[in-house]
Order: sequence, then C-alpha cells, then structure tokens
Amino acid sequence: MSGRRIVPIGPYHPLQEEPEFFKLIVEGETVVDLEINIGYNHRGHEFVSPELTYDQVPFLVERICGICSNSHPLACVLAIEDCAGIKPPPRADYIRSVVQELERIHSHLLWLGLAGHFIGYNTVWMWAWRYREHVLELFEMITGNRNHYAMNKPGGVRRDIKTEQIPQILAVMDVVDKKVMMLTKAVLDDPVIRSRLEGVGVLTREQAIAYSVTGPTARPSGVDIDVRRDDPHCAYDRVPWDVIVFNEGDVLAKTKARLFEMMESTKIIRACLKDLPEGPIETRVDEVPPGEGIGRTEAPRGEVFHYIRSDGTNRPLRHKVRAPSFMNIASNVVAVKGGSIADAALTLAAVDPCYCCTERMAAFEDGKMKLSGKDLLRLSWQKTERIRERF
Amino acid sequence: MKDPRIWGLKKSPWVYHLAAAPCNNCDIEILELLTPRYDVERFGVVLVGSPRHADALLVTGVLNRKSLPRVLEVYEQTPKPCLVIGVGTCACGKQIFRNSYNVVGPYDKYMPVHAYIPGCPPKPETMILGVVKALAKL
Ligand code: SF4
Repeated sequence: MSGRRIVPIGPYHPLQEEPEFFKLIVEGETVVDLEINIGYNHRGHEFVSPELTYDQVPFLVERICGICSNSHPLACVLAIEDCAGIKPPPRADYIRSVVQELERIHSHLLWLGLAGHFIGYNTVWMWAWRYREHVLELFEMITGNRNHYAMNKPGGVRRDIKTEQIPQILAVMDVVDKKVMMLTKAVLDDPVIRSRLEGVGVLTREQAIAYSVTGPTARPSGVDIDVRRDDPHCAYDRVPWDVIVFNEGDVLAKTKARLFEMMESTKIIRACLKDLPEGPIETRVDEVPPGEGIGRTEAPRGEVFHYIRSDGTNRPLRHKVRAPSFMNIASNVVAVKGGSIADAALTLAAVDPCYCCTERMAAFEDGKMKLSGKDLLRLSWQKTERIRERF
Repeated sequence: MKDPRIWGLKKSPWVYHLAAAPCNNCDIEILELLTPRYDVERFGVVLVGSPRHADALLVTGVLNRKSLPRVLEVYEQTPKPCLVIGVGTCACGKQIFRNSYNVVGPYDKYMPVHAYIPGCPPKPETMILGVVKALAKL
C-alpha cells in the first residue's frame, strides 16, 4: 500500500529541548517532505529592545539564546560601536575573542553530546557533557556565571582576565584538547557510529548555497565562509588559526567539522592569552550619534548579524537580529528528504538548531494561517516606511 | 495516614521538563542535572519523555500566546497530584520581557505553582535544593 502518512514531532517531544513542530510526511519508511512550524518561542526581543538603553540592550540580547549568550551581545555591541564610531582597546578585543572561543567549545561539546543521545549512544552524551563542565567552570571563574556571561558592553568588556587565572585556563585547554582527540577517535574509529552518520542527511554544495546556510552547516558542505576570517573583528586577524572545510556534506562531516573547530578554538585561546596586551579594558562611549551600525560575528552555529539604528538618544530606534539558525533550519527540508524516519531526528539535529534565536513572529490563532508570505512582506515594507518617516 | 498518593510522590519523583518560551539555558541546565557531575538519577529522579508518567513538571521560560494552550494541555495530561516547579527568573516573573506583546501573564494565573527557583539560569545545585524543598513541603 502506498500512501502518504504524517508523523508529527512536537511541539512537546522527548527528543526536543524547545517547543517546535515538525510534520514529517512519509511513504513507508522514507521521508518525502517536511513541514516546519515554529513560533512557540517568540518573545519579541526586537520590540523590547528600543525601550532599553544601550547599556541594557546587551543584557536583553544575551537572553535571546542561552547557548550563544556571548555571540549575540558581541554582535550587538559591535553594531553599537560601529554606529558610535569607536574602537575598543586591544586588551578588550583579546578578551572578547577568548570568551567567544570558550563559548564555541562549550556549544560544540553540547551538540556532540546531544547528537550522541539522538543516535542512542548515551555514553558520548555523558562524556561530552562531563568535559563541558570544565569549560563552564572557567566561565564561572572569568565572568561569574556559568551561562549568560554579561562580558560585553559598548566600548569594551566588563571584566578583566587576571594573570593568575591564565594558568588555569591553559590547563583546561589541555584537557579539552586531549578529550576532543579521544572523542574524534571514537567517532572516526567506531564502525557503529560511523555507519549511523556517514551518508546521512547530505546537503550538497549547491543546496547549501541556495539555502544560504552558514557556519558549521555550510563549511562541511564545501562552502568556505567564516565571518571571523572574512570580516575581521576582535583579535581574530591577529592570531593564527584555520577555517575547517569538508566536502561531503553529511552528518559525519558536520561532526568532524565541529570536532576540529574545537581544536582551532583552543589554538586561538592559547595564542590570545600568550600575547594578551596590557592596558585598559574599555573606552568611554559618550554618545551614539544618529546613524546606523552593523555588527556580525561567528557564533557556534554560524553568522550572527545585528543592526542598530540610532536617532541620537540613548536608546536604539530599531534593532534587527538575524541568527544563523534562521537559514540553517530551512535547509532541513532538503536534508531529510529521501532519508529514513530513523535518521530524521539526527538530521534535524545536525544543523544544531536553536529555535529561540529564530522566532520572528507568532501565529497563535490555533495554527490557522492568518497572513501569507506576501502579507508579511507588505507589513514589513510598511514598517520600514514608518521608521523612515520618523528618522 | 497521609494520602498514599503524596507518599508515592515523595519517593523518586519523575520529572517532565516543560519549556514554554525559554532561552534554552534553563533547559540545558536541567539536562545538566543528569550528567556525571550532578547525576540526580542517584536519588531516583528520572527525566521522563511523557507528561503522563510525570510526578513533577519543571516549567521554564515565559509563557507566550502560542505556547500557553500547549502548556495547559500538558498540565492537564499530567496525573494529579503533581508538583509544578518554575525554574528560572523567566518562570518566576516575566524577566526582561515584561513589556513584550507576546508574553502573557505569570504561570500562577493559569495553574498552581508549588515552588519557584530564581536565577538566570539557576545553578544546578539550586535546582536540586528547590526540588528537595518542594518535596519536603508536601
Ligand atoms: S531565566 Fe534566564 S536562563 Fe532561564 S530561560 Fe529565562 S532568560 Fe533563559
């Protein structure tokens, strides 16, 4: 009997951390289509942001996502600094890079653990999260909190890295290097893990470009992009490191890319701490003149983009956020097609989706479609016009 | 003798993690409880996949218009008596999102909440303490 069946996943499902809804359309064992319905997590950040002052906005954007809770504030303060035309002192640049790379390590370890969980290999989950604890300890030491670090402020950073903290950071980097090596060997040598990952959820180079995916979803498909190299900010152009690119585009390549990226991160952290310049950690921001500014940085999941428009007061007039998962999630539609249901959960998770970053609107009329894509476009144009008049 | 259902609830509570509209951090810290450093499974606390098996609901994040009906549905599916524990400042109040158009009232407007664990996110130790205190009050 050939017939299409629908397998709903979500909004509350044991495999997911966040509420989101996938409709897998299957024929027998094969997935033929996918519908994604998100919006359960929309909290209206872009609406709240213009009510806050520039000092408070980083605290708000930090709460967009708990895992990229340094990338969003970093991109946001880069946008504010771009608008105000100031440069942070070099020491702040280096500290920002260190915290950003620590965040990448903790996020990739988190993903690795969850990926292990999805293929039913809970040992990898427990191991990866155990080593992640060391990184969280470092965060607690440097920033005072395990997550939500509040390190960035317009003009610099809030806390310094003290000389006596550096040996401990380096010691943890050694542990991370060793353990990542071990996990890499486990993934590459274990025939069971390999067969679950190899050739699954392939995203070709053309598809990756067509769907504009970013970060560790694009690079394993042979797209050589990395904002840290392409648009140098912080200390990334002052220390040596490499961009990790693979060509296969399957889940195995995505896993390898993340594992190798962690090793690059430890390299960056070591180099940054080695030539950490002396000096102040912040410059004074007196005013943000009318104008606009952009900031972008490479979050663990890809490029984060923030746009700030100022009218000369101490609050932004418009604040726009584009998170990497916004594009990455859409590529799931091609990646799961043709695969089996058993692989779908892993393929959906392989882009390291983060829905809380991505929610742009909510249609809460019991799921009935109220506005079509065209309507949304029209509304967006109207809003831009309104802002233009005010500006 | 006390209600046997309460007596049963106090031994090895099974929890269901219910994310309304969180930033993910509270959720990750709840999962963190299962990993080797904290390992609450030692005490019989198990994270279950279905609310029908749960003794306690750990709710995280603010309630928004789209997640509210779903959260209420999950709450209805949970066998009573059950504990509802709000984890994180988002669940305790409305955090920084209080002026947002999409955020609806606090949890206790819609269901009884037995304990609040503040913090953004609360440390795993705090979460364990919160659950223990909530159980002791039963
Ligand atoms: S309380 Fe903080 S960490 Fe928890 S969901 Fe809210 S913003 Fe995220």
